[in-house]
Amino acid sequence: MSGRRLSQGGLIDRSRLLRFRFDGRDFTGHPGDTLASALLASGVRVMGRSFKYHRPRGLWGAWFDDPNAVFNVRLRGDELPNCPATTTALVDGMQARAVNAWPNAENDLKGGLDLFHRWLGAGFYYKTFMWPDWHLFEPSIRKMAGLGAVDGKAIDGYVADQLHDDCDLLVAGGGAAGLAAARAAAEAGYSVVLADDHPTLGGSLYQGDEPIEGEEPQAWVAAQVAAIRAAGGRILTSTTVFGLYDHGLAALAEDRGFARAPRLWRLRARRTLVATGAMDRPITFADNDRPGVMSLQGAAEFLGRYGVLAGQRIAVLSNNSHSAPIVARLRAAGAEVIEADPAEGAPRALGGKRLSGVQIGARKIDCDTLLVSGGLTPTVHLWRHAGGKLDWSAEKAAFVPGAGPDHMLAAGAANGTFDLDPALAEARAAALGTPHATGASGYRVRPLWPQPGSKGRQWIDFQHDVTLKDVELAARENYVSVEHLKRYTTLGMAADQGKTANMAGLAAMAAIQGRPIPEVGTTTFRPPFVPVPMELYHGTRRGQAVNPLKRLELEPQHRAAGAAMGEYGGWLRPAWYGPEDQSAITAEVQAARQAAGVFDGSPLGKIEVMGPDAAAFVNFIYYNTIATLEPGHIRYGFMLRENGLIFDDGVIARLAEDRFLISCSSSHVAGVEAMLESWRQDGNDPDRIFVHDTTQHWATITVTGPQARAIVAALDTGADPATLAHMTLTEGRFGDSPLRIARVSFTGDASFELSVPASRAADLWQAVLAAGTPLGARPIGLEAMSVLRAEKGFIMVGKDTDGETMPHDLGFDVPRRKKKAAFVGDRALQTEAANAADRRQLVGLRVADSGTVLPTGAHIVTGDGPQRSIGFVTSSYFSPTLDRPIALALLESGQQRIGDRVQLRHLGQSLSATVTAPCALDPEGERLNA
Amino acid sequence: MQLFPCPFCGPRNEREFHYVAEPGKTRPDTTGDITAEDWAAYLYDTKNEKGPVREVWMHLTCRELFVMERDSVTMDVLGSKTLRRTLPAEGAA
Amino acid sequence: MNKTYSALNLFREGLRGQRGWAPAWRSPKPKPAYDVIVIGGGGHGLATAYYLAKVHGVRNVAVLEKGWIGGGNSGRNTTVVRSDYYYPESAALYDMSVRLYEGLSRELNYNIMLSQRGMMILAHSEAEMEIAARQVNAMQINGIDSQLLDTEGVRKLAPILNFDRGARYPIHGAMYQGRGGTARHDAVVWGFARGADRLGVDIIQNCEVTDVIVEGGRVTGVATTRGEIRADRIGAAVAGHSSVLAHMAGYRLPIHSYALQAFVSEPLKPVLDTVVLSPGHGTYVSQSDKGGLVFGGGLDRIPSYGQRGNLPVQETVIGGLSEMVPMFSKVKLLRHWAGIVDVTPDSSPIIGPSGVEGLYLNCGWGTGGFKAIPVGGYMLAHILATGRHHDLSRPFDLSRFTRGRLIDEGAASGIAH
Ligand SMILES: Cc1cc2nc3c(=O)[nH]c(=O)nc-3n(C[C@H](O)[C@H](O)[C@H](O)COP(=O)(O)OP(=O)(O)OC[C@H]3O[C@@H](n4cnc5c(N)ncnc54)[C@H](O)[C@@H]3O)c2cc1C
Ligand SMILES: [Zn+2]
Repeated sequence: MSGRRLSQGGLIDRSRLLRFRFDGRDFTGHPGDTLASALLASGVRVMGRSFKYHRPRGLWGAWFDDPNAVFNVRLRGDELPNCPATTTALVDGMQARAVNAWPNAENDLKGGLDLFHRWLGAGFYYKTFMWPDWHLFEPSIRKMAGLGAVDGKAIDGYVADQLHDDCDLLVAGGGAAGLAAARAAAEAGYSVVLADDHPTLGGSLYQGDEPIEGEEPQAWVAAQVAAIRAAGGRILTSTTVFGLYDHGLAALAEDRGFARAPRLWRLRARRTLVATGAMDRPITFADNDRPGVMSLQGAAEFLGRYGVLAGQRIAVLSNNSHSAPIVARLRAAGAEVIEADPAEGAPRALGGKRLSGVQIGARKIDCDTLLVSGGLTPTVHLWRHAGGKLDWSAEKAAFVPGAGPDHMLAAGAANGTFDLDPALAEARAAALGTPHATGASGYRVRPLWPQPGSKGRQWIDFQHDVTLKDVELAARENYVSVEHLKRYTTLGMAADQGKTANMAGLAAMAAIQGRPIPEVGTTTFRPPFVPVPMELYHGTRRGQAVNPLKRLELEPQHRAAGAAMGEYGGWLRPAWYGPEDQSAITAEVQAARQAAGVFDGSPLGKIEVMGPDAAAFVNFIYYNTIATLEPGHIRYGFMLRENGLIFDDGVIARLAEDRFLISCSSSHVAGVEAMLESWRQDGNDPDRIFVHDTTQHWATITVTGPQARAIVAALDTGADPATLAHMTLTEGRFGDSPLRIARVSFTGDASFELSVPASRAADLWQAVLAAGTPLGARPIGLEAMSVLRAEKGFIMVGKDTDGETMPHDLGFDVPRRKKKAAFVGDRALQTEAANAADRRQLVGLRVADSGTVLPTGAHIVTGDGPQRSIGFVTSSYFSPTLDRPIALALLESGQQRIGDRVQLRHLGQSLSATVTAPCALDPEGERLNA
Repeated sequence: MQLFPCPFCGPRNEREFHYVAEPGKTRPDTTGDITAEDWAAYLYDTKNEKGPVREVWMHLTCRELFVMERDSVTMDVLGSKTLRRTLPAEGAA
Repeated sequence: MNKTYSALNLFREGLRGQRGWAPAWRSPKPKPAYDVIVIGGGGHGLATAYYLAKVHGVRNVAVLEKGWIGGGNSGRNTTVVRSDYYYPESAALYDMSVRLYEGLSRELNYNIMLSQRGMMILAHSEAEMEIAARQVNAMQINGIDSQLLDTEGVRKLAPILNFDRGARYPIHGAMYQGRGGTARHDAVVWGFARGADRLGVDIIQNCEVTDVIVEGGRVTGVATTRGEIRADRIGAAVAGHSSVLAHMAGYRLPIHSYALQAFVSEPLKPVLDTVVLSPGHGTYVSQSDKGGLVFGGGLDRIPSYGQRGNLPVQETVIGGLSEMVPMFSKVKLLRHWAGIVDVTPDSSPIIGPSGVEGLYLNCGWGTGGFKAIPVGGYMLAHILATGRHHDLSRPFDLSRFTRGRLIDEGAASGIAH
């Protein structure tokens, strides 16, 4: 016989029945059960198959330390892969399936693989599959691996809330030590958060039934909880502290039920107390992975929490004093318990899918269940996350917290204090920061580590099928550092991250090498403490909020006008107006060239620089000389990085002697502002220069084309556009709001940029269209604007420049040669590379008028010998104005190649074109003043 | 999530900060002659120290540059101070 | 003792309990002097030693590793191997690396599990498609097997991606290299170690170089935690710790050290056969043969020598993955970690003289040097043996910063892995 439910005891609600299926069979359980406890109560032994050999496996532990029972679980259409049966709360209607087994865990077709184990030892795959090639073997190996399958569906509403909070003391673990500490701290006036991953507090208290401070465990726990709450402390159950990060940040996952995303708590704790208890270690002996071999502590948990007796005839193998009370309880619950000393001889588990007994030396014990305890291992993961060190305690045969950061504390079993009363005292002292000397330990343990050279297959990592022989092989082959051991054998790398395996593994290595255990050391403990859904990190970074687009004040107007909106440099902007792109773009370009285009230029940067030192400052920031710019005038220029490469281009206007307005590219506003601020504060007197980004304060509408002047004149602005020269700026009024009119041109036609406070954008838009529509004006989008500027050979930074372009590559060479004052990037324009003759320069490319538009991204190649790229097409369109294709390119020594015929390559296809000057339309600039 | 102390705003979430550079480099006077080596050293060379470091950071929300002392191994913040010689008068905008 | 790995030997050893296998490498005591010392027992250091012995016959070589071999970035990376780089200098270098990788399992007699399952870099807009076209064209001209995929092409290779046109970063297509893929990182380290050891190289672990001895302007040896060791030719391949070593020897480097994080999920049955990178989300992912999703993203932008990562980047990367493949949001994260990478201003490596005579560098691989382990070792070995650059390494000389000849792959590609 195996496990059964007792008629009383435990924390479950026997009055209600929950139905569920496992591997195609129907079962029942009660509220308070986990899948594991309900199955154990129903007598199920085989709950899984191991990763490599497909060995039958039963439960080892009762909580996060169980490596064996891993299920895919489905509930009302939602399925989650790889759920640990021991920590998955039972819900009515669940359908569970053991992963890695087919058709089921009891009868797994791949179980036969175990026969080949002698050839499938540690790292066998490094020694074979090389001939002819790994690719031949990989697909079938891939199919064999993996645990649960993921079903391809996202769960509706699977969204993790995120809460941010802080506290004086975070207590991780709600066992006796954690509860005592939280109460003491809360009553002393600290703000306290206590988190425990179980639904019910009390930790390991239910394993025994001795009174605690004179009370029954349940009553004592209830009293602590009440006191903590009364003192203002907060308690989070079903909440795992899964990671400790820098500067006291703790990450907590609060379970909210099956197939619902946990809630994430980010808790900034001034102090953190690790009271996470201790885990029972397996004992390494032959066939110690048989279903029915279980952790003693685990069996005690099943009994105490779930009212399940793990077996009827139970053998107990323990090396420590912790087992006595548990044995007594098992007996009291009706089990027949036979205690054995593992030192009597090398044990061997007997039986196959079901344990039939255990052989210890000459002694054979018939039993259905074998409970083992190889000593307690403090759960020090969180301590290590925070950078705490570990000390080896020979007395306790365990690693215990050693030196740690000031804000970290540890108490109770997690601190190696396994006895109840000392743990309580230690926890209270830690919580209050009072000195405390933990007295002598009542815990007695006889070291019991893997015996190298001993017979049989002895499991060390259950899930990953790593045996003592694998560790021996690793040692033989000199993979002896713990990290090599781990990686070579995959010990500790399974979903349980070695919670049961690591100690045995490194103890085995120590024994093989004859070194003390602490010298072998531990592998690194990393978050998350238990696997957590990725959703926990999703936060607000979902959908459009991943990186929200900036929206225009005029978006409703654009949409009303039929705009197709698209992303340009982080802004959502009109691409064109109308249902179909090509005809709309053509019509917009034609309108802009023949009458006028009205363009929403609001995202264009508007950074003001002012103060007594502003003029010298912008003169230093710009490649071009700005100091000589007169107030009311505008200049086009480049900003470079100190490495001489173009950072941004655009116009700068001098509003007054001590005030400048920088128009940078819409996507570069933040970058330009940060760059200006850096220089302002570094090397300048920041009290004499001020930088202020007004981009979002002003909306800008650009009117461009032969009718632009007439349209602006028709607005009642108080300024006369006729007298406004190209590259000047004036101020006017729009109703009772200020208006800036700048005459600059990105199209080659007369253009006016009208800027008003953003709140007036809609009115101005309407006024401009009202004045312009009768004259043939229409709104134009980004795509038409790109064509218009390309016709003129004007560049867009990032499109027509790359990570190598300097201003002289674009034909702007004068400041490089002549500017006297220092400017950002100046010296970098004189390096060997900057002076090279073969730099890529901006040119135009012309194909036959009837030819097709060159693909953007096509490369220009040298014809002779092996092909080499000498440049590429950066912008390419059909020009409605010229009625032929146009293109811009960056081309090696481009200026010298004007007139040459060049070959191009695009996705394997060959093309040709003639190199021209970049400007294809009106090179004399007559249209500007037409 | 680390907490960095802006001398102007107090402790804030690391996402609000931008690492700028190591302090102590002065821009060469580019109106005179500078060797390619000196210029490259100014542009690119770093100390990139392991352990206690001094660095210039920008708090993006208030846009102030400041010097932070940290430990580049433990991530402990040891202090921060403004780059300015004088602070603007209290109450000034 | 059995030294050769093969199916037959594996079978034979199986019959006798795998007892006959020789150590993969010895652990000798350091000798007082060597012809060449290589500092750093990562992939690059071990490959350097291997090629010194194999190609140049220089066998009196020691590799000094402060911890365990592969304990740096070579054992922490996300194992992406590819050569789809933009500039011809990079393409030539990385492609030689992929070619060396292609023969490596057999050459080293160690299965490094090179899995050329293809690598795609998504394009999220028509503008990005144009840039992808520019890159693909450049690569094709440089002889790299790069292709431009449209949305359907991406769907065929990775149907689980989020193809919603309304996504923040919709999929318009991708740049794809079929020869890209992954390899088993530890196996690369161990394979080179075993190969070098068999040719006589001493691999010395737990041996930290604490000082570089420079006499009369040239190196003559190093001080270590295991005593002084002499050699007048020294190669340094210490990745994230390059500046620390530079400090010892008295030169400066254009390097910042940052933490780069990696993540692995619980094992799943195969759902993703290619490597996918989304520049918009800054996340890339592949599924290992064991079934875990192996993924990562950009740097933690805080100079760091602490080998652990920080939450903001975790959110960006993991959140990004959940957006790329919505069903992954319910999959559990198993583990995350970080390595300290050496980032240069142009995201390209530094190979060649350090400025101190006799001391040569192999560093600056930053976020992407796993794929370059064979070629990085090959190049450094060439320089150590001949005193001269190999043609392929010359453009990566430290002097490029003085000459302004940067090879800015970062600017050309976004994230480089
Ligand atoms: C998270 C992450 C993901 C990555 N993903 C990829 C990827 O997908 N593809 C890719 O191509 N690249 C990737 N990389 C980069 C790649 O891992 C590295 O570029 C590469 O491993 C560098 O190899 P290395 O041998 O130079 O350095 P390392 O492997 O770091 O080796 C340097 C060695 O030097 C030792 N050392 C340092 N100082 C001393 C001293 N004083 N004395 C003795 N020894 C010393 C160190 O202990 C270390 O073992 C990634 C990196 C990280 C961190
Ligand atoms: Zn601030």
